[in-house]
Amino acid sequence: MATELLGWWGVPLGIVAGTLRGSVPFLLVSLGECLTEKSGKINLGLEGTLLMGAMSAYAISYLSSGLVGPALAPWLGVLAAGAAGMMLGAIHGWLSQQPRVNDVAVGIAMIIFGSGLANFLGKPFIQPQAPQLPTLSLGGWSDLPQVQSALLISPLFLLGVAIVPLMSWFFKSTRWGLYVRAVGDSPDAAKAMGISIFGVRMASIVAGSFLAGIGGASLSLFYPGVWTERISSGQGLMAVALVIFARWQPWQCLWASLLFGGAQSLGPAFQSVGIDSYYYLFNAAPYILTLVIMIITCSPKRTLAGAPGGLGQDS
Amino acid sequence: MSDRNRSFRLSRRQVMRGLLASSAFGLTAKLSTGCAQSPSTGGDAATGDAGAEEIVVGFIYVGPKDDFGYNQAHAEGAAAMAANVPGIRLVEEASVPETTAVAETMRNMIEIDGAKVLFPTSFGYFDPHILALAAEFPDVQFFHAGGLYQEGVHPNNVGSYFGFIDEAQYVAGVVAGRMSPTGKLGFVAAKPIPQLLRNVNSFTLGAQSVNPAATTQVVFTGDWSVPVKEAEATNSMVDQGVDVITCHVDSPKVVMETAEKRGVYTCGYHANQSSLAPKGYLTGAEWDWATVYTRLGKEFMEGKTLMSGAIPHILRGGLADGFCKLSPYGPAVTPEAKTDGDAAIAGIKSGKVVIYKGPLETNTGTEVLPTGKSLPIDDVELEKMDYLVKGVVGSI
Repeated sequence: MATELLGWWGVPLGIVAGTLRGSVPFLLVSLGECLTEKSGKINLGLEGTLLMGAMSAYAISYLSSGLVGPALAPWLGVLAAGAAGMMLGAIHGWLSQQPRVNDVAVGIAMIIFGSGLANFLGKPFIQPQAPQLPTLSLGGWSDLPQVQSALLISPLFLLGVAIVPLMSWFFKSTRWGLYVRAVGDSPDAAKAMGISIFGVRMASIVAGSFLAGIGGASLSLFYPGVWTERISSGQGLMAVALVIFARWQPWQCLWASLLFGGAQSLGPAFQSVGIDSYYYLFNAAPYILTLVIMIITCSPKRTLAGAPGGLGQDS
Repeated sequence: MSDRNRSFRLSRRQVMRGLLASSAFGLTAKLSTGCAQSPSTGGDAATGDAGAEEIVVGFIYVGPKDDFGYNQAHAEGAAAMAANVPGIRLVEEASVPETTAVAETMRNMIEIDGAKVLFPTSFGYFDPHILALAAEFPDVQFFHAGGLYQEGVHPNNVGSYFGFIDEAQYVAGVVAGRMSPTGKLGFVAAKPIPQLLRNVNSFTLGAQSVNPAATTQVVFTGDWSVPVKEAEATNSMVDQGVDVITCHVDSPKVVMETAEKRGVYTCGYHANQSSLAPKGYLTGAEWDWATVYTRLGKEFMEGKTLMSGAIPHILRGGLADGFCKLSPYGPAVTPEAKTDGDAAIAGIKSGKVVIYKGPLETNTGTEVLPTGKSLPIDDVELEKMDYLVKGVVGSI
């Protein structure tokens, strides 16, 4: 039987599959945060946005499946998740740009607000099963059911991958991208150019939160495909750390997200082939990775290459 | 930017005053009405003890009440108690963390709702929160699910109850062992605590009783509720050819749904999950708190208490005592597997089947029980379990 032959190959396969499945929320949230931070503001509240997106996507998909059918309902859920993200983003964007308001502090408040709101509104949706997003099967060439199952790709993953070159091009070659970078790097210069700092930052935060909301939808409608209060387990915060790791470059966000997604599946993949020592270490891999990145990048002696100049300074 | 700011200018003093006032309001609101979720009207309940016509019973859950898991099992039992015993009024609060928050919730239930009996159901509520509140309110009875009560050490108004759900896991193992074509079973586990290890071992021993070559692959996720890792663990085991999966996590929903998508069989845990896996669900080890809580509720109404000694401080039971049960067999279960499962249930209830009997050795080769020796299910030795039996692939 084919399954018997797999054995050790299950480890790389499991990691690849886990990477493709688990990296979607990291990718979307980190791209959103990349855009936000390029404009000079940090949005730590994306953890709350992720939960809110997961909850609203699941709720709308469940509630609307009777009206529009189970094929369309999850897509409505994705839109609702984006809208919920934009709403939270608008709150953050407005609050964090008030005089003498620190964006990190507002972000922490938004984590509590977003997750509290999601848990409160999400109570009735823990038990029911919502229709899930369809997946694209790219594994038809293989006879192995394991490979076929590993290569079930979410359209949201493809969306995230498609946004990467788009965002890169946006920053490099468009007028609007220049505005975002100018506001982030040197708010004074941008102001002298006649750009509305408030407007650009607001737009960047709202757009970034839209992506983070969709990231939440991928958690509840693709993988693992349920709504519970513990669904994000800190992935939103890890994605924020990941942007620093990725040096504010969309392409590097993609690689970093794949790395983090794969790290999540290390523990289970190793244990299932019988390597069971140090599984606490493997299970903690994503968190350890975050810590290591923080230690490497947060040196008081030098500033980070690639960091937007206006980042973290009060407006 | 400056003209936008000017329109919203407040002096520092005004802002500080506003902040202090709102946080003081928030604090008082939190402390005095932290239990506002419970459907109580407050004052009238406090008079209940005079007429002894209504007893307020408080239930506290660590997660949501409809999670297809541990909390749902308790909440269903609580609802059954309220429905079956006239005179019992429920107050409930869900998603209470195992911190001082639970102490506040208990205090509110006692002082505002007039609760005379509390069921703080989560394992971590016991020490120090239940113990502190029990010493403070000696006329309120505290019932805790778990094996932590010690006679003479803990207050007299604290009781402990728990079921030997590993008996139900053994039966689930029998069914799984019969239904698995390869004999490779999978177990998604949270943390290696004795209760969980008992479940893994009983499940494995049940499967080995019908298929001596059966093995159980165990994957520890590291925490009670980590949905992504639970899904990863399920997927990795299916990739390795495991064809029946069960679990011990707070909410088995993710494991059941993921396994159903991959087309393997599942055995549930905590509550009935057959609706999540209509094709592959075989059976499952469920708590039957409805029986236990209804019995306790009737005893409360008769005026029995822990303090008077009329209710024992340690309540334990298995399949025979109605502490746990098996989910109805799923459509995939073959007649012969059903026969074996029913025989195992009957054997355990009558005491003919003993789960932990010699020769028994761990998966590292250490002997646990020599031939001819056995441990009854209520032996305290089993509550200290720290090994995996032969046939389990994995380590603690």
